[in-house]
Amino acid sequence: MTISVASGKGGTGKTTVAASLASVIPQSVYIDCDVEEPNGHLMLQPKFTLEESVNKLLPEIDYNKCDFCGKCIEVCEFNALINLKFEILLFAEMCHSCGACEYFCPQNAITEIPKELGKLRSGITENGIKFYDGLLNIGEATAVPLIRKVKAKIDNEKINIIDSPPGTSCSMVETVKNSDFCLLVTESTPFGLNDLKLAIDVVKNINVPFGVVINKYDETFEEMENYLTENQIEVMLRIPFDRKIAEAYSNGILPVNNSDKIRREFIGLIATIKKKIKSNVTQMTQKKQIFAD
Amino acid sequence: MKQIVILSGKGGTGKTTVSSAFAKLLQDKITIDCDVDAANLYLLLKPQSRNQFEYFGGKKASINPELCTQCGLCESVCRFDALHNYVIDPLSCEGCGFCYRVCPDDAIEFTETKSGNYFECNLIDDSKFYYAKLLPGEGNSGKLVSEIKKSALTNVGENIKWVIVDGPPGIGCPVNASLSGADFVVIVTEPTQSGIHDLKRLIELLKTFSIKCGIVINKYDLNEKQTLQITAYAGKENIPVLGYLPFDKDYIEAIKANKTIVEYSSKAAKDIENIWSKVEFFMDISKN
Ligand code: SF4
Ligand code: SF4
Ligand code: SF4
Ligand code: SF4
Repeated sequence: MTISVASGKGGTGKTTVAASLASVIPQSVYIDCDVEEPNGHLMLQPKFTLEESVNKLLPEIDYNKCDFCGKCIEVCEFNALINLKFEILLFAEMCHSCGACEYFCPQNAITEIPKELGKLRSGITENGIKFYDGLLNIGEATAVPLIRKVKAKIDNEKINIIDSPPGTSCSMVETVKNSDFCLLVTESTPFGLNDLKLAIDVVKNINVPFGVVINKYDETFEEMENYLTENQIEVMLRIPFDRKIAEAYSNGILPVNNSDKIRREFIGLIATIKKKIKSNVTQMTQKKQIFAD
Repeated sequence: MKQIVILSGKGGTGKTTVSSAFAKLLQDKITIDCDVDAANLYLLLKPQSRNQFEYFGGKKASINPELCTQCGLCESVCRFDALHNYVIDPLSCEGCGFCYRVCPDDAIEFTETKSGNYFECNLIDDSKFYYAKLLPGEGNSGKLVSEIKKSALTNVGENIKWVIVDGPPGIGCPVNASLSGADFVVIVTEPTQSGIHDLKRLIELLKTFSIKCGIVINKYDLNEKQTLQITAYAGKENIPVLGYLPFDKDYIEAIKANKTIVEYSSKAAKDIENIWSKVEFFMDISKN
């Protein structure tokens, strides 16, 4: 079972929610796919046991074979190569490692060489949460291949909590797609609402069932309440704005370890999500059966 | 003309609050929102009018089932997991064109697709403001950032002294794109563990660009120990701290009222003015 935690806007408390969920589930797996700014480790404090390089492939040209025909430049959709007639220059940050240049080079002059894109770290926390995160190397433009490698750590026997990158771009989609459920974390401000709408568009688009958590909840922000009621979107948890929570967070302390009330609420939240996933699965099988009949 | 980019690494630290305050405060400026994933600045600056332009971020492939002979070659070459059973998932397609070039039966179409919009607006003080919206799930936000900056900067009048850029979160491709041509970077951070973690990564990135920067510590009184830590780190890295903003309900109330903080609170307006004068000061120092 895989539950991803995302938010249109950064800084809404996405990581806090993800890490809190993971800490109330025995034997959970925590997967931090926010590879540009992975923060889950600051909250869960795992002991890292392994750090592996994740590579991307870059073309390298053998000038004993290359005749500067220009085919590789023609097939590169990302303008990562230019022909200087005495050298084929590669702009490594523009290369998407698609492999087209290597395939189409008539002289077989291109070999693909691995170059580190980032790190995949594995560890375990004090209370037994399996922990994985990706750390994109500074200056790298494409996070998606690293996210794929981190996501490969999903353990289908367990409950996996995925911390998604913020926003609604390709990195977020790559992270959230194929989850059984997605929690969208927002806050009671016009920014939060604006970005929540965008995030809802995306999860609907990729057919992932979702629910909303409102952090820094403020009931006087009616625009959000109205939007949620009108669109029949379920709010699964409201965490009130509380300076104490913010202070504890600033020291890396999770609210579930600070307040019994919040801990109970998170235990309730995970139970509701499990139920929802189950009923979705039954609905799907029923639909399939009707189809088969 | 000087270009100031406001960044934060971690989202939600108050980057847009600071950008909008600068935009309100300054004259002879243009303002660009480069957070194309989650554009928020327009909510505070409330454009009076806007022109919409379409953005084509790249091509996507699709298979024509009438021509496809199901040889499977395309699926074997696609590295982006976008091709299954002779159907291409547009959300996964990276637009590399490999399948299109390799297909022996010319069954694959490869065409420009719209991936967002960008807007040229007039603000109430008659200055220009630019923002963009990527369609949900689109990649290539870096390219859109470059495009919006290019279109904003080609039409700049002689009288323009400042270009205010609200940057994207993170340290990836769109951040790199937002930094091109920058004269100074204002980093808005907060005294939390993740704030500090992301601040350090962002500064590593800025070093590779050799752009001068300064730090604003937002919600500094939330955790004074961590604020001191950031200040010490900044000192060690030789980066000036431009100012400290308090953890104050006014900041949230201003956003809720769709107002910039300088319109909402005169005390905050003073703080922001002080920060701005430091920006000017440190930018001048960096000239030599
Ligand atoms: S396609 Fe091969 S031979 Fe032609 S320019 Fe490129 S590397 Fe050289
Ligand atoms: S691998 Fe693809 S993106 Fe990279 S240089 Fe070759 S053709 Fe261009
Ligand atoms: S264009 Fe590239 S990414 Fe898209 S389906 Fe074809 S091979 Fe895959
Ligand atoms: S390469 Fe062309 S013909 Fe072969 S399966 Fe793909 S689309 Fe069909």
